[in-house]
Amino acid sequence: MEKLLSELKPQDSGTVKRVTGAGALRRRLFDMGVTPSANVVMRKAAPLGDPIEVTLRGYELTLRKTEAECVIVEIIPN
Amino acid sequence: MKIALIGNPNCGKTTLFNRLTGSTAHVGNWPGVTVEKREGCYRGLKKQSAERIDIVDLPGIYSLSPYTPEEIVSRNYMIDETPDLVINIVDATNLERNLYLTTQILEADLPVIVALNMMDAVKRNGDVIDAELLQTALGVPVMPVSALKGTGVKELMLRALEVGKTARKGASVLDGESFYPFVERIKETLVGAGITNPLFHAVKLVEGDSEECAMFPNIASAFDAAKAHIDDGYDGDYEACVADARYRYIAEHYSPCIKRAVREKRPSRSDKADKILTHRIFAIPIFIVIMFAVFHITFSEDILFLNSWYGVTVDNELFAKCLLIEAGESGVPSLGVWLQSLLGWGTGSLIDATAAGLARAGYEGTWVSGFLCDGLLSGLDSVLSFIPQVMLLYLFLSIMEDTGYMARVAFILDRACRRFGLSGRAFMPLLMCFGCAVPGIIATKALESDKERRLAIMLSPFFSCGAKLPIWATFASVMANTYWSGYGDLVVFIIYFMGIAVAVLSAFLLNSTLLKGDPPPFIMELPSYHAPQFKSTVLHLWDKLKHFLTRAGTVIAASIIVIWFLSSFGKGGYCDIDVSILGYIGRGLQYLFYPIFAAPNGFTSNAAQAAYAWRFAVAAITGLIAKEMVVATLGTMAGLDGDAILDGSADAGDQAAFEAMLGTMTPAAMFAYMAFNLFCVPCMAAVGAAIGELNSPKKSAVAIGFWLITAYVVSFTVFWLGNFNTYMFPLSICVVVALVALTAFLITRRVLNDKKTKAALQAAQTAATVDGSDENEKDFTEADK
Repeated sequence: MEKLLSELKPQDSGTVKRVTGAGALRRRLFDMGVTPSANVVMRKAAPLGDPIEVTLRGYELTLRKTEAECVIVEIIPN
Repeated sequence: MKIALIGNPNCGKTTLFNRLTGSTAHVGNWPGVTVEKREGCYRGLKKQSAERIDIVDLPGIYSLSPYTPEEIVSRNYMIDETPDLVINIVDATNLERNLYLTTQILEADLPVIVALNMMDAVKRNGDVIDAELLQTALGVPVMPVSALKGTGVKELMLRALEVGKTARKGASVLDGESFYPFVERIKETLVGAGITNPLFHAVKLVEGDSEECAMFPNIASAFDAAKAHIDDGYDGDYEACVADARYRYIAEHYSPCIKRAVREKRPSRSDKADKILTHRIFAIPIFIVIMFAVFHITFSEDILFLNSWYGVTVDNELFAKCLLIEAGESGVPSLGVWLQSLLGWGTGSLIDATAAGLARAGYEGTWVSGFLCDGLLSGLDSVLSFIPQVMLLYLFLSIMEDTGYMARVAFILDRACRRFGLSGRAFMPLLMCFGCAVPGIIATKALESDKERRLAIMLSPFFSCGAKLPIWATFASVMANTYWSGYGDLVVFIIYFMGIAVAVLSAFLLNSTLLKGDPPPFIMELPSYHAPQFKSTVLHLWDKLKHFLTRAGTVIAASIIVIWFLSSFGKGGYCDIDVSILGYIGRGLQYLFYPIFAAPNGFTSNAAQAAYAWRFAVAAITGLIAKEMVVATLGTMAGLDGDAILDGSADAGDQAAFEAMLGTMTPAAMFAYMAFNLFCVPCMAAVGAAIGELNSPKKSAVAIGFWLITAYVVSFTVFWLGNFNTYMFPLSICVVVALVALTAFLITRRVLNDKKTKAALQAAQTAATVDGSDENEKDFTEADK
């Protein structure tokens, strides 16, 4: 099932399918390792609901929900 | 020999740099951008080589893409300055993402050594990294080091000496990719044109890198035309496919070098800390407690409220003497306050000794003694007296940065900052400004975009700092005595609140005018928690102190001398401030001040207030040295001992006379005058810091202009709102309504724009999900397999 990264619930995990968006934002996502076939695990949202924290390629990454909307993820069922 | 250090942020690069260069390091700026440049030389191999080894620490980056000044500085240095060797520091606990940068560096025609840092942490986790295997896979030497403990550093440098002498041709991990023939073709063209580092440029050109396309427009457009005819499943989106190919190569060829221990699903120490520190409910209260502790240790006169809550006093004479307080009167001061009194005691004695010496030599009362004691030394004393507290704030800031807590603060508070065009990273620097704007302004260095940094710097004086408190306290006490009995604290609260309100309004205004544009992305690593490192923290503090002292010795000293000269010389030579040049400047400027707090008789009911107007103007100008000087100058001009009034040691008669002078102002005028001092240009130390961080005369001039205009507009508004029962009521209301309407208009426009972009984005996304062949959306996962 495909979902946006921003829609994941804590502990959900998935594989990045593709990255939308443009310019600096998109490149930044790639540079931080958010590329197709990367595994991501949703950790949590910040106390005010945004940004979110995910684990990927062995480290913790935080990004805003608007940016996470650019990442389309194939959910791995638990 | 020139060696460049390059690596991801938080990989231990600066620690290694400090270890290599020690005391030879010096910090500057890269030309044209606010990116720190550190240089130094390595002296550990004197025996082996007579050659001088210079080391440059390039900014921490994740990639050599062209989007941030740090990245551009790093690649320009590698390509144009041609160092003899690049040492790429790699955090071994986070191999995959760190090697992504490595794959880009390897494409340049430069000798490269990979320094595998934090191997001790890898061992602690029970993992094993096969450095030999990695070396074979990468094709360049791999040296395990511990920057923190210093192990392996000498071996690294010995190897560097050797490797730096042998030329290396760039190699790319992309050479198995289906698009690689294009890279080869472009490379041939570049070689034909005699360009150095052809492979590096060729890959960047295929990626469609904006910097490179501007450099080689012909090749870029030729390739653009060619790729329109290629159908290899990438839809011409090579930026995505190159990044993806690098990570795929890393996963396939480098990741096998790491043997992970079979771990039970037990959370690491970092995870446990994060569970509490970024907890959904506790995170913000914990942050508030931490910040309270920081401010309490730095600024409290009464630690843990021992005196005010429990009535504890220091009765032992000797102990009280050590704490520099009166025995039996007050509680224990905080570290910051104690250090400040200690420094003040030192500089005070120095000034007294100088004055006594000059008096013995027969200079008492002449301009020589005035210049040295009242001008230069007192001025420097009032600026330097902040050093202990500024340094303590720096210390806490750098501990929070080192441990990784700062990144969590940004995470917790990003949401709250965003609507003001700031990211979570801006919260801490601005909060620091309540203590002192100098560390706050310098801490804006951590902000990612230039726009955000400018905004934070321009807002920084509005968060009322410690040195402005004496002004509020003075006026609050007068107000409580004359008008609002018992409400002194409310006056101070209103001022702080007004500062925050104006900061919020100006953030909206600036975002929709001067600093327009998309908010920068907030995509940030949350590094694992580390224990703070004593050595690098001390070095960091020493750097800051040096900067501050240099500035105090140059810009600040010069402005003190100018202000002293203006306030001590008049027509008749050396004279009192009343008849000095500054006094006349004040008299000239007072007409400017009439509309904001001193309108003469007829506009308000108070003639005496108008007569004093120029004194308030003069005091505001001397406030540039340090804000608490405003109070001292007002005292001096009332014919009293200004310093005694400032530190509260004036006798009751003098204090009454002083308050009587201030009491000639109406409450509205007092609020307006306080607003003027709050929003106007901050002290010289802060202005110097701002100029240093903005690193552009034009941007600095804009910031100063912005402060002057804000101060004028806000004081005007306050004054006329306070006087709205006079016949100027209609005019003042019109002006205020116009201002409010303008602000509302700009905010609405911004909100509407945001909504529009959001709607457009959503529409694009829906379209993309329905139709996978949308121009911006490429599904190249299938094509890879």
